Amino acid sequence: MLPAAALLLLFLTYPLGLGTYLGFTDQKIGRAGSWVGLENYEFLWGDAVTRLALFNTLFYTTVASIIKFGLGLYLALLLNKHIPFKPFFRAVVLLPFIVPTALSAIAFWWIYDSQFSIISWALMRMGLITHYIDFLGDPWNARFSVIAANIWRGVPFVAITLLAGLQTISPSYYEAASLDGATPWQQFRYITMPLLTPIIAVVMTFSVLMTFTDFQLIYVITRGGPLNATHLMATLSFQRAISGGNLGEGAAIATAMIPFLLAAIMISYFGLQRRAWQQGGSDK
Amino acid sequence: MTSVAATPEAVDSQGTNYLVSLPRRIFTVYMPLFAFLFVLLFPFYWMAITAVKPDAELLSREGNPFWVINPTLAHIKKLLFDTAYPDWLWNTIVVSVASTIISIFCSVLAAYAIERLRFRGSRYVGMSIFLAYLVPPSILFIPLAAMVYKLNLFDTRFALILTYPTFLIPFGTWLLMGYFKSIPLELEECALIDGASRLQILVKIILPLAVPGLISVGIFAFTLSWNEFIYALTFVSSSEVKTVPVGVVTELVEGDVYHWGSLMAGALFGSLPVAILYSFFVEYYVSGLTGAVKE
Repeated sequence: MLPAAALLLLFLTYPLGLGTYLGFTDQKIGRAGSWVGLENYEFLWGDAVTRLALFNTLFYTTVASIIKFGLGLYLALLLNKHIPFKPFFRAVVLLPFIVPTALSAIAFWWIYDSQFSIISWALMRMGLITHYIDFLGDPWNARFSVIAANIWRGVPFVAITLLAGLQTISPSYYEAASLDGATPWQQFRYITMPLLTPIIAVVMTFSVLMTFTDFQLIYVITRGGPLNATHLMATLSFQRAISGGNLGEGAAIATAMIPFLLAAIMISYFGLQRRAWQQGGSDK
Repeated sequence: MTSVAATPEAVDSQGTNYLVSLPRRIFTVYMPLFAFLFVLLFPFYWMAITAVKPDAELLSREGNPFWVINPTLAHIKKLLFDTAYPDWLWNTIVVSVASTIISIFCSVLAAYAIERLRFRGSRYVGMSIFLAYLVPPSILFIPLAAMVYKLNLFDTRFALILTYPTFLIPFGTWLLMGYFKSIPLELEECALIDGASRLQILVKIILPLAVPGLISVGIFAFTLSWNEFIYALTFVSSSEVKTVPVGVVTELVEGDVYHWGSLMAGALFGSLPVAILYSFFVEYYVSGLTGAVKE
């Protein structure tokens, strides 16, 4: 117990506190800072780039999470069907999640290359477009490109964890329902969804947290560009703190993410409360 | 976990499936499934094919880019002999193995203490471990960077070995708590009556029973530290101590000319070790992943 507690206190709790404290100072790399109160936050509030990063982060998280949930649930339902080689499929599906994100991001960078993009090539051949798409040069194209890469990486996680939830639902419910004449949609809506809600809440919390604080994909694919259009809070705080040397300001940006994360956790916590009545207990 | 629990049901899991005709199944199940697989696996195929393509074919818009006419090993050779890639690979292995061992050691002690010693407030410690698991690295890297400077660990492997456990231990502890909970208390009581000490109980009774859990934690911790990016990017700056993900991203990208061939080869070789390891322990990995979410 002690070693873990010591390591966690030293490298987790202390940095959290230190990070919050740094947010209130003007510390630079290699120079101790002094207390400046809310100055960093005031500056950031008026800073157009920070506001843009906040918007990007919220947009990125919302769009990516919703699509990841939809596709992940669909894939989980597919994998839950009776198909041959199920373990093989399940193993392969998870691959994007286990390889280093930074490295698969490089592959996406190459796929999105403005001159040699394979997607543009294929679309050209099919006659759908007349010239190559500038995936990463245009702000909105770039946003959707990184969102697509994030979805690619996140769907396996959502699918596999939801699949684990689906497997705990007894098939006899579906048999009973179909004997009573329920359509597949009704079976999904009135059996699958209620029984899956608790695990959906947890999985989506994780997914939202990971998306909100995403760093690697953006850093590798766009570095926040073009014109800061894809900067997220995490990449902006890295740029300000490490590349720019302005530790205090970067820490303030990082600290500003915490309320959003807490909100996400709280929402899922109250989502989990539904468990009580679903298992026949009383609501608290 | 679920995989185990699901096996008896697997027999009758066919349910009402026999009512669905084959053509319909092809349309509703297999086609979407293969579409998913195609999209999910395409980047890997693309990595592999790019890694063996000669530059002339890479940079031409003629011909079929999905195939390679004259495969070449030049990119891979360049990667292995003209860059510091082998060093990065070695660093990644050292850092991953060391931080995995530290994390397993700490997690076992912490999980056992929380689950079985039942000291005052152990429930709250358990809760805070879970919360710690939710703290993302992108919030912590700045203060940690400040600490790393102060401790004179900057640009050393120790900076990474000591900081990786911060996200590995909470996860490992959380997972092991679940495993320890499933071990009957009576076994421990018997051992206590026979005069075993707490340490003996842990080593001789609990650990052998928790081997699947330990493997899950080990695999998971290893892949997580192999894939870690932001800490490695921040705490290390010289080429000799970089890890593979950081090295490939920062050093192989030179100026405006991208050497896509060797970049992709680097990405491929950086992904292969975890992919191979994962393929041997899929079940453990999945049970770790789902177990962590479920508790």
